[in-house]
Amino acid sequence: MNTFTICRKELSSYFRSPIAYGVMAFFALITGYFFYVAVVFFVQRHLQSTMMGQSVPMDVDEWVVRNVLSNVSVIGLFVLPLIAMRLFAEEKRTGTIELLVTSPIRDWEIIVGKWLAAMVLYLSMLALPLISLLTLFAYGKPDWRPLAIGYLGLILQGGCILAICTFVSTCTKNQIVAGVAGFGISLLLWVMDWVSSFDSSPLYKVISYLSVTSHFESFSKGVLDSKDAIYYVSMIVLGLFLTGRSMESIRWRA
Amino acid sequence: MIKVEGLTKRYARNVAVDHISFEVEKGQIVGFLGPNGAGKTTTMRMLTCFMPPSEGTAEVAGFDILENPMEVKRRIGYLPESPPVYPEMEVIEYLDFVGRIKGVPKSSLKARIDEVMEKCAITDVRDKEIGKLSKGYRQRVGLAQAILHNPDVLILDEPTAGLDPNQIIETRDLIKGLAGNHTIILSTHILSEVEATCERVVIIAKGKLVAVDTVANLTSRLRGAETVAVEVLAQDGAGDNWTAEVQQRLEQVPGVGRVIRRDSKEGRAQFTVESLTGRHVRPEVARAIVDGGWQLNELHAVGLSLEEIFLQLTAASHAGHHDDTEHGEPAAAEAPAESAAVATESGEKP
Repeated sequence: MNTFTICRKELSSYFRSPIAYGVMAFFALITGYFFYVAVVFFVQRHLQSTMMGQSVPMDVDEWVVRNVLSNVSVIGLFVLPLIAMRLFAEEKRTGTIELLVTSPIRDWEIIVGKWLAAMVLYLSMLALPLISLLTLFAYGKPDWRPLAIGYLGLILQGGCILAICTFVSTCTKNQIVAGVAGFGISLLLWVMDWVSSFDSSPLYKVISYLSVTSHFESFSKGVLDSKDAIYYVSMIVLGLFLTGRSMESIRWRA
Repeated sequence: MIKVEGLTKRYARNVAVDHISFEVEKGQIVGFLGPNGAGKTTTMRMLTCFMPPSEGTAEVAGFDILENPMEVKRRIGYLPESPPVYPEMEVIEYLDFVGRIKGVPKSSLKARIDEVMEKCAITDVRDKEIGKLSKGYRQRVGLAQAILHNPDVLILDEPTAGLDPNQIIETRDLIKGLAGNHTIILSTHILSEVEATCERVVIIAKGKLVAVDTVANLTSRLRGAETVAVEVLAQDGAGDNWTAEVQQRLEQVPGVGRVIRRDSKEGRAQFTVESLTGRHVRPEVARAIVDGGWQLNELHAVGLSLEEIFLQLTAASHAGHHDDTEHGEPAAAEAPAESAAVATESGEKP
């Protein structure tokens, strides 16, 4: 109940500041662009193959849906720190954290409430490219399963980045610092995947395993792999757990 | 209602609060007095369960702050130094949010918000964004937040800081009106504020308890000697050394201990007159000046500054220790510690 109250309050302040609208507009613009590029690319390939007389089976799921979802997942890495940066930093700066902490609610209710609010904003952002993707159903017969599983992957990956950035937000009073640090961490979690292309030594495997993007691949292919789902869920729990520890340390040091 | 026992807060390099113990009865207003950096805010933060103490504990409304923080939080209303408001929220929306997280039953929340807004005189700004309100209004919204769940104990950290004189008076009246139903601790570094609002006073300096006493006892103890500021105008055709004459005349007034000339220019002279202990000399001083043919332009009693009080109180406790009171000049030294718990470093229990 308290979690819901906190969540509602966070959401209302999101939609009162320009942040939510700015982020959503940016997200709509860039995912719309990617969708457009993917569709045009797909149509051109199709024309080329028919003109050359060879009818290659064209797969809209692979060429458009998977392409767009992968791009959305990378854009998410850049946008999510912007959503989470103010969650605690702002409360620390204005001193309202004292109101929350001295109220008869538990730390985890505050943390989960704030994280949930960021999730709701992220979900409403994800609805924007979904509108474009759904138009595909009007012109072709894409399979809905890879789309649904891909979206589940996006939600899990977003939740994991948001949980980590929520933790980062508890570490500073300055939301810009929190934003930049969260951005750096999510960038790192993205590029850590690249070492897997070098060779398959155990160290590279571990580094690549820790990357958030390496676990998205299966989702984008429409495969629901429990290993990857477990990775995301445990990262969410870890992020929120660290947030809780950090809140406790705010109280010891404040 | 509040029982503080050996409360201590240590940081890596310094001790912010050092073994403070005191008790507050139900329904009292207690002033928590000390200069900036004395440890007032830290003590209040420990009482409100914002931060845990390094040592010692406290009991609020019968619940221990370490063992039962949730129950303590339910019974405490807290106004930090800067009101904890969300600038982008409207007043009514903010109070609704606070009411929910403070656990006010939903059925009575709306009525309670109206009642509290009435009490704090913020009904006229209920639909305004808090960020657009003046400092005085914001402070009252903060106060409304603190009393919303009708807590047994109210903890107010410098509730009048940064307000203009009118707002200060309004806020004080508001706080006084809250006493009785609530036990109130308010911190301040202004002595007159304590005199105006509080029944008892807890004085701390550098993290240590200096005194716990009723306001009446403390002021009479400290004001055993009277200090009077006098401004005198010269008569037409007065000689060059008329100020010396005035000073001489003032020194002859019975009961006056010392006269200090502070300033004199263009036919106007200012003096500080200190009486002997237990003497009230204002009428005699006035008469002496008028009888001497000068014009009395101003005469008022000077209150002690907080610094002087600390000097006197620490002097008193030291004097008590060394039994070195024969000079008798600090007024406080004559009042033995029976009416007041004057704490000294060694007198504190760890």
